[in-house]
Amino acid sequence: MAGETLLKVQGVETYYGNIRALAGVDVEVNKGEIVSLIGANGAGKSTLMMTICGSPQARSGQVIFDGEDITKLPTHLIARKRIAQSPEGRRIFPRMTVLENLQMGANLDNLKYFKEDVEKIFVLFPRLKERQSQRGGTLSGGEQQMLSIGRALMARPKLLLLDEPSLGLAPLIVKGIFEAIRKLNQEEGLTVFLVEQNAFAALKLSDRAYVMVNGKVTMSGSGKELLANPEVRAAYLEGGRH
Amino acid sequence: MASPSENTQSGLMAKAVKEGIFAGAIAFGMFLLYVGIETYQDIDNRLVWRTRWGLLAIFVLVAAVGRFLTVGFIKPHIDRRKLAKAKSGVLEISEDKGFFHKHFLKIALIALLLYPIGSVMLFGPQGSLKYVDNFGIQILIYVMLAWGLNIVVGLAGLLDLGYVAFYAVGAYSYALLSANFGLSFWILLPLAGILAAMWGIILGFPVLRLRGDYLAIVTLAFGEIIRLVLINWTDVTQGTFGISGIAKASVFGIWSFDVGSPNYFPRAMGLATSSAWYKIFLFYVILALCLVTAYVTIRLRRMPIGRAWEALREDEIACRSLGINTVATKLTAFATGAMFGGFAGSFFATRQGFVSPESFVFLESAVILAIVVLGGMGSLTGIAIAAVVMVGGTELLREMEFLKLIFGPDFTPELYRMLLFGLAMIIVMLFKPRGFVGSREPTAFLRERKAVSGSFTKEGHG
Ligand SMILES: Nc1ncnc2c1ncn2[C@@H]1O[C@H](COP(=O)(O)OP(=O)(O)OP(=O)(O)O)[C@@H](O)[C@H]1O
Ligand SMILES: [Mg+2]
Repeated sequence: MAGETLLKVQGVETYYGNIRALAGVDVEVNKGEIVSLIGANGAGKSTLMMTICGSPQARSGQVIFDGEDITKLPTHLIARKRIAQSPEGRRIFPRMTVLENLQMGANLDNLKYFKEDVEKIFVLFPRLKERQSQRGGTLSGGEQQMLSIGRALMARPKLLLLDEPSLGLAPLIVKGIFEAIRKLNQEEGLTVFLVEQNAFAALKLSDRAYVMVNGKVTMSGSGKELLANPEVRAAYLEGGRH
Repeated sequence: MASPSENTQSGLMAKAVKEGIFAGAIAFGMFLLYVGIETYQDIDNRLVWRTRWGLLAIFVLVAAVGRFLTVGFIKPHIDRRKLAKAKSGVLEISEDKGFFHKHFLKIALIALLLYPIGSVMLFGPQGSLKYVDNFGIQILIYVMLAWGLNIVVGLAGLLDLGYVAFYAVGAYSYALLSANFGLSFWILLPLAGILAAMWGIILGFPVLRLRGDYLAIVTLAFGEIIRLVLINWTDVTQGTFGISGIAKASVFGIWSFDVGSPNYFPRAMGLATSSAWYKIFLFYVILALCLVTAYVTIRLRRMPIGRAWEALREDEIACRSLGINTVATKLTAFATGAMFGGFAGSFFATRQGFVSPESFVFLESAVILAIVVLGGMGSLTGIAIAAVVMVGGTELLREMEFLKLIFGPDFTPELYRMLLFGLAMIIVMLFKPRGFVGSREPTAFLRERKAVSGSFTKEGHG
């Protein structure tokens, strides 16, 4: 199942006004892989995630998904190609219940699979089941992260983008969430592209990884290779191990 | 931490006295020029002024005593009750609501249906006019307008300060098309809605990228533009003179309410000739329009578009990444809200028989928005209650002749309408910061619709 390219980012440059946040990025994600992207604050990781989703759009370069050029597609149409995202800061709907949040992730015009998919997510994150009628805004940070991932999964994505799923969470919760990602990947064959500050955990989980510095990819390799790489260790791992 | 109770008691009284005096001083400063001094024209048309120290003293006293009582007695009492409730472990929302609470909507609907009949029986046709027209129809028009605006502001979260523009479009559409082409109310009602919806989309396009305060200002300007066009395009709208002699609505084209007409409705029904029957008919028309608005709103909330509106209010970026077309979502919100404004407008025109730009000033938008906010953005029941309180309250003011005994014969209670309006808003917002009905009713359930346990759905103050 692996090997076939699902997402291909080619020479992408993204600007905020006159500021170039991405300076020609090349990234590839194959079907069935977990690929992670690590880098310092402000390196442009979230920008890359958002560029894949078309907001902001790349000024030059190409984003190709499943053999189709989606660079200039509006965001909502990209999402309908079944690229789902759990964005930075989770962005759940605070006044809606857990169940309503999950529903927003599903295809609203066709809720045929809604019940089935919700049950699956409740198996993956039993905490969400207990809290299904609680308002999203009153969930704990960890529960919100689970909800954000669950909501993204409701779209039955071909590619799941996760922007810092471990942000602000206790180590035990992070472990649980990473475990859930691994399970999704192994049991459902879900392809995952994730951004992480928690480089150690991310590299251990990933098949492959990229390192980004100042809007450019400077290194790439398998998770193991990068874990062993002295430069990576010095910059992202030493003293920061969880 | 526990200090002797008489100690805290005297401390509390001292604090209450202090805050009372302070409130009095503030009231004195605030009202000195507004209330204490009055300007008027004498016989020679000169502007002169006189003082009203008595009235000023009443204002200051009310503020001081009110503050004293609040700090010294009311607030401690409320706190004690809350504490006792928390101790006994009773949740804020109990599972078993009273009979009245459970069947509130049915009871309200039946009461509304019987309301005109009851007032005719109690006060006779002519006597019922006041209750059916001034209170009934007036309040229901605002209920409808507020429910329409609720779609834009309450559900989609787009702050619209120019809603009255669509009301005006509806009213003038009916007035002009009926005068120039002789079309009937029942044809023009949907047409006015469609025209208003079109204007909603026209307004929607330029403001798609705006949010919050910027959006509010542009919509405010839009409302003013429409009004200025109505004033200045005199060839068509007759400017500030307005359009009069607007045709009455008929009973679905079968009977008419023109006395001269052969199928005059009261005669056909064997009733005495009176304008009250027309008002009663209009009461049921606006009631039906309100029910349609409520039904559509409730249905839409459970459909993809309604869910998208609510999601848009919560987080636009998340919406987009979930595949929601935010452009279409905003435009449909504007269009749907505007359509109901248009319906209300054409109803208004046929009820008044006269429209002029003066009916569509910014204050109207502000009042409608205030009703939506007071009701608790998004809640139909809350908004209806707010409309009854605010519109009914201002109508009641007109009735308060006895106030003249206190404040002197020159006192016109209507002039204090806005003052009381503001006061009511402040009070409601202090005690119910999310409006009368602040909690949002969820729309997604697994299996059957089960009663959601109260403690979870109750929101914190935010
Ligand atoms: N909306 C924006 N407008 C202007 N500049 C932006 C905007 N968003 C991000 N930037 C800039 O682009 C650069 C990359 O930001 P980005 O959010 O992609 O970083 P990141 O790698 O995700 O960092 P972090 O790990 O802190 O989340 C930063 O210099 C940031 O200041
Ligand atoms: Mg980031």
